[in-house]
Amino acid sequence: MSEPILTLVVDGLQVSGLASETILKVARENDIAIPTLCWLEGLSSLGACRLCMVEIEGSPKLHPACVTPIQEGMVVATRSERLHRYRKAIVELLFSERNHICAVCVANGHCELQDLAVQLGVDHIRFPGRSPQLAVDASHARFVLDHNRCVLCMRCVRVCGEIEGAHTWDVKNRGIRSLIVADFETPWGLSETCTGCGKCVQVCPTGALFEKGRPVAETHKKRPFLPYLMANRAREHR
Amino acid sequence: MPTSAPPHPSGENRPWRSVDQAMQRHDYRPDALIETLHAAQDAFGYLDGETLAYIAAKLRLPPAKVFGVATFYNHFSHKPKGEHTLVVCTGTACHVKGTDRVLAWVRDRYGLLPGETTADNRLSLVEVRCVGACALAPVILTDGDVIGKRGVEETTAVIEEWLHHAP
Repeated sequence: MSEPILTLVVDGLQVSGLASETILKVARENDIAIPTLCWLEGLSSLGACRLCMVEIEGSPKLHPACVTPIQEGMVVATRSERLHRYRKAIVELLFSERNHICAVCVANGHCELQDLAVQLGVDHIRFPGRSPQLAVDASHARFVLDHNRCVLCMRCVRVCGEIEGAHTWDVKNRGIRSLIVADFETPWGLSETCTGCGKCVQVCPTGALFEKGRPVAETHKKRPFLPYLMANRAREHR
Repeated sequence: MPTSAPPHPSGENRPWRSVDQAMQRHDYRPDALIETLHAAQDAFGYLDGETLAYIAAKLRLPPAKVFGVATFYNHFSHKPKGEHTLVVCTGTACHVKGTDRVLAWVRDRYGLLPGETTADNRLSLVEVRCVGACALAPVILTDGDVIGKRGVEETTAVIEEWLHHAP
């Protein structure tokens, strides 16, 4: 039996999708842009960053579009005054949590966090910066991990586990003390599981993971490699 | 699995047997991880890198995964503990009921910050975020005994009393 096709309304537009598809997927297919940060095409959805929250008619709470499956007759709003306010606050909190100094960042001009801030009109950070003292791991021959610029989106953790199959990265501790770690908190360059493929560096939305030897603002990441790689793998399987 | 070979237990006098038994009971399934970490902590008192590497290799889990889980839970300790352990809950209810003041008192009285052990190895202080007994706030655990529903001063008196009488 083939999968049922459901119809719903997103931002006043009549759209349809397969029952297993998420609101985000259907919206994207119909050129309706929903801001995202932790979500990346080709990786499992986490629903961690809460930027893709949308309103669903009949429900008082907000729902993360990247992990909410569509339903027949659903009426979704992807923009509203409330959503804009919340999204802006999320981005400001991300900025205040670590040390995001765009002017001296390798990813300046090519950073998804910076793009989101521009998109949402963030011109001030209303929250006091926590300015934590965090380490920079430059022990790898080709790459660097700078915790000061990490937003804990877990893209690196997922791409390493799901696509590369090495699972070099994971998160240690919890809450405000969370940090990305390799193996047993091993310096990256000494990690025995890391294959040096660099996928984590390419999917990182900020300048937290970057290639050595690139001056400020010259890190261009090749994020679209992922769907391409997945498509090629699917073809090989067939 | 690109992990290093596990340090062979026979070369050491560590009581690996209970850890091995825990893993065996679960058929060395990866989801036996938390159970195994409990067994290891019960056997050794804390989890060091060698223990984690051993468990990761035996359960065929990525090292980072094991390290992530072991550091996520406050229950797991990564340093040897003192003779006695005081656990202070800093969950929302306990915080509101004054466990921040209990922690400040412990800092002044014993010079201890959460995660530390006194120089004479007598007392370890552990901070946990919610023991799941919010109705008893403020909650502390003295060597595993739950003490709650007391004011800050009464709580600190209980701690002094307990340490005084403890062997």
